[in-house]
Amino acid sequence: MSFPDASEQSDAVWFLRGACKIVSAPALILMATLVGYGGLAREAGLALGETLLGLALVWALPSLLVMVSGMLSGASLVACMLAVTLSAVRLLPMTMAFVPLVRNPDRPKWQLYFAAHFVAVTAWVFAMTRLPDMPRAVRLPYFLGFATTLVTACVVLVAIAYVSLAAFPPIVSGALFFMTPVYFMTALWAAGRHSADRLAMVFGLVLGPVFHILEPQFDVLWAGLAGGSLAYAGVWLRGVLAGKGAGGS
Amino acid sequence: MSALFSTPGYSLIDAWWWPYAFVLLAGFLPTDIWRMLGVMLAGNLQEESPVLVWVRAVATALVAAVIAKLILFPTGALAGTPAALRLAAAAIGFAVFKATREGVGYGVLAAETVLIGGWLAYGV
Repeated sequence: MSFPDASEQSDAVWFLRGACKIVSAPALILMATLVGYGGLAREAGLALGETLLGLALVWALPSLLVMVSGMLSGASLVACMLAVTLSAVRLLPMTMAFVPLVRNPDRPKWQLYFAAHFVAVTAWVFAMTRLPDMPRAVRLPYFLGFATTLVTACVVLVAIAYVSLAAFPPIVSGALFFMTPVYFMTALWAAGRHSADRLAMVFGLVLGPVFHILEPQFDVLWAGLAGGSLAYAGVWLRGVLAGKGAGGS
Repeated sequence: MSALFSTPGYSLIDAWWWPYAFVLLAGFLPTDIWRMLGVMLAGNLQEESPVLVWVRAVATALVAAVIAKLILFPTGALAGTPAALRLAAAAIGFAVFKATREGVGYGVLAAETVLIGGWLAYGV
């Protein structure tokens, strides 16, 4: 072991700065939503340990709900694995968009894999919103400080909710639940940097419900592929007409 | 294929470790495999390379589709509210967000006010 040098200290400082961001709109909104998950898991008959382990290891609410409903409906292990695998495909493009933001050749590769575990809507939107304005060298410790603290806080919160909370009246749980889509919608818009990003968001908002009716099993995937590709093609076409490629912002 | 699907389910093995093994195999493995694959495939793609602009557009549209589904086809307590109320609340929230120079907090507050106000007023 060596004494911490200046750069290690500064990593620790940025880690702590990231950790402090759990007092922020995205983190608080996720926590509000997860209070509901604690109650849901208990009502569904999951033990406390399984509820918390699932939260920390899956770390993506839609996939978590797919897993819990598979457990309760008596689905076989393989059927449940398949359903969760399909529900989580969206994490692939999200991670691919996240990696170039935090990548740093000076750091060991495992840190990148560790950071990727936290890719889910909240931390992804957080990364897309805040990291581009920060020096590359501090992005990874800052993000890891935020993400690990967020997971810890959520696990503690869900444990408390599981043990102590009676069910909320519907208007309270409904209002808590509604924060998630509204927050994501506004934050995602604010995070859009390339003109394709905002166009993709509009297409996704429209195509999500359309594919939900046409193809409920893979609705989100189809909406993402079609909406994202249409947005990309639209911006590319506009670029061609204006005499430049789609790569420029 | 049917042999695969006849593997035990969550409640079929009565051992203390089985639920945890189930969470690892049916929760952790199938989600993190995509994240690990994402790191590998991102390779050395540059942030503004065309492939990555496309991938980010797909990811953004995906998340937007999730958002729209949460608003239009919610589960739980929200399922009992009229879709028109939820749409109006989301639209007004977004308008306030734009009007306040992209103040996310104001947008969420406005949407919640409309939702709760409408909920109380119509007693749904």
